[in-house]
Amino acid sequence: MENIAPQLYTLLVFMVVGSIIAIETKNLLSAVISVSAVGFALSIAFLFLGAPDIAITQLVVEVLVLIILIRGTILLDNTAIEKGRDTLAMVASLIFFGMILGFGALIFGSTGFPAFGEPLMRVSKVYVQTGLPATYAANIVASIILDFRAYDTLGEATVLFASILGALAILRRTGKAGEEVVSA
Amino acid sequence: MKGMSLIVKTISDFVVGFIIIFGAYIVLYGHLTPGGGFAGGVIIASAFILLMLAHGKDVAFSKLGERAAHILDSAGALAFLLIGWVGVVGGYFFMNVFGRGEQFRLLSSGMILPGNIAIAFKVASSLFLVFSALAVFRRRSFRSMIEGELR
Repeated sequence: MENIAPQLYTLLVFMVVGSIIAIETKNLLSAVISVSAVGFALSIAFLFLGAPDIAITQLVVEVLVLIILIRGTILLDNTAIEKGRDTLAMVASLIFFGMILGFGALIFGSTGFPAFGEPLMRVSKVYVQTGLPATYAANIVASIILDFRAYDTLGEATVLFASILGALAILRRTGKAGEEVVSA
Repeated sequence: MKGMSLIVKTISDFVVGFIIIFGAYIVLYGHLTPGGGFAGGVIIASAFILLMLAHGKDVAFSKLGERAAHILDSAGALAFLLIGWVGVVGGYFFMNVFGRGEQFRLLSSGMILPGNIAIAFKVASSLFLVFSALAVFRRRSFRSMIEGELR
């Protein structure tokens, strides 16, 4: 595998800058656009890392979320945020990230990071070796998420089902109440 | 939502079919090429969302009604669960009891293809439902806020 570190670092810097813009900007619409730019850069990063499945999913979900968020923000009158920043929350998040960096330096400072994809775990070794002969699925990701780990996919589908049920129940109720008010 | 201009409507009419075909391809070949039920389902849902954005709520609901979307959502989830239960016949939950077929063919790899299709139905209809709920809710509450009838 050729060295992809420069491309990844460029994308990482782009994502960090986009996140900072999304947090700091006063306009809601430009915050939404910045968040989506970060998402698209993340999908390109997945492509560089050799994960086209995740890249496709990230891309289409990002497009859908962008449409929904723009649809949600463009109708609001006050898209500018006037409220000042909470100093306590900022101090707390700075302490939080400082602790993460400190523990990271403590753990990896002396030994250095392990190489990418190393060591190959025992379970993943079995999956990679027996994925094609056991399931006949050429896409190894499909053989893992729908055969070896179908339980996880069932759980994911259940989570999606339950969350959409909850969202529909909440939104529906308000919509129906509004309809009654309008028709009355 | 009344819909957009004639140009947008014509182009989206032309494009929607191709988007659905591409989503179906991503779903059906999920076990051979990158993609799968979730990504293909989101693509199919985005076709209906494009229809709703371009033509308004009524045309989109005439293609895929709200009740039909509810039924498809539940049916996809139940079908995936059923695929898991079929495996019990062979021994354990989610056992791949279907024929594995021939390598690198469309009809291969047993339950992965039906599983992808079930998940695609589920994801497509539920994301369409979420968008329609958000759009309809936004419109109603916005109008009633203008008329001062809320609260």
